[in-house]
Amino acid sequence: MTWHRKHLLDIETLSREEVLTVLNTAKAFKAVGERAIKKVPALRGKTVINLFVEPSTRTRISFELAAQRLTADIINFSAELSSLRKGETLKDTARNLEALNADIIIIRHSAAGAPHFLSRVLNASVVNAGDGAHEHPTQALLDAFTMREKKGSFEGLNVTILGDILYSRVARSNIWALTKLGAKVTLCGPPTLVPSAFERMGCQVCHQVEPALRQADVINLLRIQHERQRKGMFPSLGEYTSLFGLTKARMKLTKPDVLIMHPGPINRGVEIDSDIADSDHSVILEQVTNGLAVRMAVLFLINGGHPQELGVN
Amino acid sequence: MPKVTLLLDSAAIAGALKQIAAEILNQHAGGAFSLVGIQKGGVVLAERLALLLRQADQAPVIVGHLDVSMHRDDLNHRAAPEIHPTLIPGDINGKTIILVDDVLFKGRTTRAALDALNDFGRPQCIQLAVLVDRGHRELPIHPNFVGKTIQTSVNDTVDVRLTESNREEGVYLITP
Repeated sequence: MTWHRKHLLDIETLSREEVLTVLNTAKAFKAVGERAIKKVPALRGKTVINLFVEPSTRTRISFELAAQRLTADIINFSAELSSLRKGETLKDTARNLEALNADIIIIRHSAAGAPHFLSRVLNASVVNAGDGAHEHPTQALLDAFTMREKKGSFEGLNVTILGDILYSRVARSNIWALTKLGAKVTLCGPPTLVPSAFERMGCQVCHQVEPALRQADVINLLRIQHERQRKGMFPSLGEYTSLFGLTKARMKLTKPDVLIMHPGPINRGVEIDSDIADSDHSVILEQVTNGLAVRMAVLFLINGGHPQELGVN
Repeated sequence: MPKVTLLLDSAAIAGALKQIAAEILNQHAGGAFSLVGIQKGGVVLAERLALLLRQADQAPVIVGHLDVSMHRDDLNHRAAPEIHPTLIPGDINGKTIILVDDVLFKGRTTRAALDALNDFGRPQCIQLAVLVDRGHRELPIHPNFVGKTIQTSVNDTVDVRLTESNREEGVYLITP
């Protein structure tokens, strides 16, 4: 399977084979990270720009290091210090960056569809690093990579995504990726944060935490997003923890080899008990390591020539 | 219709590898060398050479696998290549490494392999063994061990089919 896409905008439009191509390529890049010399010249002479209009630390750093390990030059552009604050449009900002001969623009934006828009107005390759509540493709790819590495296969794998799903781009991208790969996805959380409409994406919705935990081979926890509008969605963080938090008591219900995942940043004592976050079941830090490999793979793949590229994406 | 000519059948491939193994043993009597196959075809051939060398010399031969995709010089001009595992066992510093590939053509894969190997250490000596040398070098690269040298036109394809890749064994020249 070869890769012909110029951009990585979402998981929804990727084929199962394309998802697997990223995972297989990432495996090779993970091995590079384990060598004494962790750098390869695959993107030598290329310029990558991190255009982060919405704040982020871990994703930005991960992309930054990924680009550096591929020998690309990378510039970080953050909204707080930028001309976007002075009234410049996203299109003008991006065109200015492209005028610096940027080859790849990695964008995080609070508006869903911003990366798709840029891919239509720029010649550079565009990578979606999270757009509003829409998608966060590299997070889903690194989650899938970690699950495959630990569990071997997606066939019949029960994955429970627990928490604040309504506005979660991580959940959406995970659902697309995991259902394409053959896993069974269950969403769990309070009805206000996990509407039944998600069933249309091919997963189950469960508002009771116990059965969702009991059947899970993998539990992917999502943070309660304080910074988004949460008034009225549930009474208090304390009540959320008592009803849906992964506590020691609930951990006893899970399978003995259950995998605990979290995209970070974790809120200890809210969605996850502190000891569980540090337990042998937790692969939260391995997700960070794998994220670097997956982002190297994505940059490597979209940097290839695109002779058979069709249309916009 | 492209013209397909058989260059080496399975017996001829086995003979060529046997001859390469004999030459390697002749040059490296102590067996102080490692084989590194270039993904994918070279890996299969390196494993077969290691078996022949072990049978002839009784000494085990270390075999590494090297994927050169990340070090290619044509990444801008082609779709991103499929990457296969790289596995370099042990420390290569100060060792003799024999790179093994199926076909030597322009020499660019060999150059990428030299660069890729450079990330793992500084061998005392790197040599090159190929099943087929088809000419048309674009870089100053010359093989040390050759199974068969053939005349080709630059637009021809040399297709090495090996049973390990679930194909009926043979080396074919495909003329467009």
